Amino acid sequence: MNKPLRRIAIFCGLLVLTLLLRDNWLQYVRADGLKDDPKNRRVTIARYATPRGDIIVGGDPITGSAESSKSGLNDLKYKRTYKNGPMWAPVTGYASQAFGATQLESLEDGILTGNDDRLFFRKTLDMITGKEQQGGNVVTTLNAGAQKAAFEGLKKQGGKGAVVALEPSTGKILALASYPSYDPSSFAGNTDDDAAAWKKLQKKYNPADPMLNRALRETYPPGSTFKVVTAAAALENGKYTSADQRTESPLPWTMPGTTTELKNEGSIPCENATMRVALQYSCNTVFGKIGSDLGNDKMLEEAKKFGFDSEQFTPVRATASVFSDDMNQSQTALSSIGQYNTAATPLQMAMVASAVANDGKLMKPYMVDALQSPNLDPVAKTEPEELSRPLSPKNAQILQDMMQTVVEKGTGTNAKIDGVTVGGKTGTAQHGVENSENPYAWFISYAKLPDGSSPVAVAVVVEDEGANRDDISGGGLAAPIARNVMKAVVNSKK
Amino acid sequence: MSSSTNTPTHHTSTIGAIGAPSRRNTELALLVFAVAIPVFAYANVGLAISDQVPSGLLSYGLGLGLLAGVAHLVVRKFAPYADPLLLPLATLLNGLGLVVIWRLDQSKLLQSLRGFSPAAPRQLLYTALAIAVFAVVLIFLKDHRVLQRYTYISMFCALVLLILPLVPGLGANIYGAKIWIRIPGLGSLQPGEFAKIVLAVFFAGYLMVKRDALALASRRFMGLYLPRGRDLGPILVVWAISILILVFETDLGTSLLFFGMFVIMLYVATERTSWIVFGLLMSAAGAVGVASFEPHIQTRVRAWLDPMREYELSRQITHDGILHSDQLQQSLWAFGSGGTLGTGWGQGHSDLIKFAANSDFVLATFGEELGLAGVMAILLIYGLIVERGVRTALAARDPFGKLLAIGLSGAFALQIFVVAGGVMGLIPLTGMTMPFLASGGSSVLANWALIAILIRISDTARRPAPAPATNPDAEMTQVVRPS
Repeated sequence: MNKPLRRIAIFCGLLVLTLLLRDNWLQYVRADGLKDDPKNRRVTIARYATPRGDIIVGGDPITGSAESSKSGLNDLKYKRTYKNGPMWAPVTGYASQAFGATQLESLEDGILTGNDDRLFFRKTLDMITGKEQQGGNVVTTLNAGAQKAAFEGLKKQGGKGAVVALEPSTGKILALASYPSYDPSSFAGNTDDDAAAWKKLQKKYNPADPMLNRALRETYPPGSTFKVVTAAAALENGKYTSADQRTESPLPWTMPGTTTELKNEGSIPCENATMRVALQYSCNTVFGKIGSDLGNDKMLEEAKKFGFDSEQFTPVRATASVFSDDMNQSQTALSSIGQYNTAATPLQMAMVASAVANDGKLMKPYMVDALQSPNLDPVAKTEPEELSRPLSPKNAQILQDMMQTVVEKGTGTNAKIDGVTVGGKTGTAQHGVENSENPYAWFISYAKLPDGSSPVAVAVVVEDEGANRDDISGGGLAAPIARNVMKAVVNSKK
Repeated sequence: MSSSTNTPTHHTSTIGAIGAPSRRNTELALLVFAVAIPVFAYANVGLAISDQVPSGLLSYGLGLGLLAGVAHLVVRKFAPYADPLLLPLATLLNGLGLVVIWRLDQSKLLQSLRGFSPAAPRQLLYTALAIAVFAVVLIFLKDHRVLQRYTYISMFCALVLLILPLVPGLGANIYGAKIWIRIPGLGSLQPGEFAKIVLAVFFAGYLMVKRDALALASRRFMGLYLPRGRDLGPILVVWAISILILVFETDLGTSLLFFGMFVIMLYVATERTSWIVFGLLMSAAGAVGVASFEPHIQTRVRAWLDPMREYELSRQITHDGILHSDQLQQSLWAFGSGGTLGTGWGQGHSDLIKFAANSDFVLATFGEELGLAGVMAILLIYGLIVERGVRTALAARDPFGKLLAIGLSGAFALQIFVVAGGVMGLIPLTGMTMPFLASGGSSVLANWALIAILIRISDTARRPAPAPATNPDAEMTQVVRPS
């Protein structure tokens, strides 16, 4: 009987071996995937087990941590708090015990909880010395004054809207505001109150959709602000070589292949106007014809250089702006004045202004300046990065000159700042079926200091359903907000 | 025999009743570790959970030490030549199991569940009872061959045990399986655990008598040897009845276990490989057959194939009338989160598995808190128990002892595989528990009884042959040259 017994022994050995192999596969090979699975409750428990690190603006934290209420079964020890939550929500995102985390709170979760591998040494040290694990900090590029000006401006306006301000020379995001907004503190915990607050913010129950990050995630028809891109395309493709060259622009101008005339707003001097004058008065006929003459491909190429048609990562993902690639001439004409299919995020239009202000060099926008360990040692630093060169320096100078005329004596006079050179472009974008809804008011601009440096470029969009339709214009609603944001940045430089 | 007499100065050695080493002191030394390790683990859990050495440490350590000491003394007195590893290994597992159960008792999440009562005190009580059963078996079962006499009584007992949970008023349906009986004052018992041992006795007794008939008096049919109906009939009937009962009780794990045990013993008794083929075919047919009409088992297969989907469904209110369980996914997460070295005692979150955390899924807690290293150690300890069992079967001198030992150790190995494989997502879950580790009275009692029987068989197997009758001429005549 011993021969079968030995075989059974081998069989039992194989059973145990199979279990050992399976265990290695589960606890070694697949361990990290299972451990970091966002549905694994342990991830949430770890996220709130120790006070989270802070998100910092200009040296001051805009976040905090508080001990959660001990009542009930809550296994999460700390909860997130926010200072001036609604103002900063588009920057921070939220970290909620019940509803997960988004944006910076989610992307930099490892640093904020202290679990990141780059903090390994520190974590090990804390473990040995028996200290509670601490989270590191995320230092942002934002400018508190600019953010305040942006948010207060939108709030005063009362409609929906967004502001993005960039530092043209580096791509640093200085302001990122969206209105209406929400307070991430209101649902940071795990109680019934938190759940009720969360429910009230959902689009289903709140048509204003306060949790939408309009600065990065919403695209609007850019309207006349897109004429800056069209002008850049004209210069870069050598169609016109100076701002004061007369363009071949008949008035009225019928779009190619159609019997429709492209209209201007009011009676403005657009016939064969120079590009400077056309931008100053915002002539649809001139820029529509330029786009149509250049054709879809050349316009698309220039738009892409400015960042259209690709998602931007700041590191928070921003929706891709749109310039279509399959349009006929009349559609290209409409798109070239920021209508038809063209759609841009506020970030995208701030990038356009920033590239012009930075002498044609577009820097990659970013909002995390550095990551710090809990004892404030630097862990990582973001270096400015060039994204593309939509304009030659010479052409950028020409375009700057034109945009400054807009603010000097054109549609953008509301953006003037004493002692600072400001260039800008207004936009009033039609939308809705048959343009039935109130238009969006746009303004993009940059400021230049006497020493020639340009500390800020900004894009503002306001969608105001409540306003009288005829009162809506980029110069009227959006330019004052842009001016205040620019002023705040310029003042903080002094 | 004894090497001490075989030194170069003695050119002759004498065949005599010189005792084989009994190894009782080895057992005692190992037992010290088997008690000390759980005591340290217990202190560790207390320090991790509440930053202080748990107040019960002394009584826990003394209790476990006392139980182990009693067991050791009983073995020393009544089974002096027994295998020295079985008792320490079982003690270590039982001790660690108690620590983990106590650790899960501290979980706020588990405490909030309906019907919670601390499981550790109950488990400690059952452990004490189980050691008593262990002692009783060793004291009163002087020779395992006595069990042969009860072959048919065993058959009857096994069937009664299996049928008990189906008796109205006595049986209890807990989480979809009708395998428990309620005994007032004692709580729930799982008679299937005891049936495992009793059935092994019946199979061993029957097969020992019929093995030649089964092996030789058979007809060749399609390359397989088929025995005569009158030889195979009774055993097939008993097996079929027990499977049927288990199907009604929706306990696939135990059915599988019995079937595997049956095939292993049949193969060892007849030495015919065709039985393995035959067994595999039958079990495949049985499994497919049962799974096709039993929703309880279908659910488990679905959960095994896609634990994440089951997890998602368990979070929602579904209207398909099927109970969805997130347990397997939770268990996988527990194993994965433990990683290589684990989170440390008391610092995991395996209570997320909810009510089965200390019974069916107890291994997941080890996986999370002791990591890959800990689980491998546990599996190797189980493997070692099985190895000692198989070794006992090899060493046993009588076919009944061989069959019984291999039946019990084979069943033990299968149970480990089915349970550990189930909670690790290797095979569908079957609802059995890890011997010694899991919370549950019947399991502890039955498995200690199983160890007692193995110890008894090993004692008989390793006992030196009785001394030959003293012959005054022996020293003069029976001289053996050293080889």
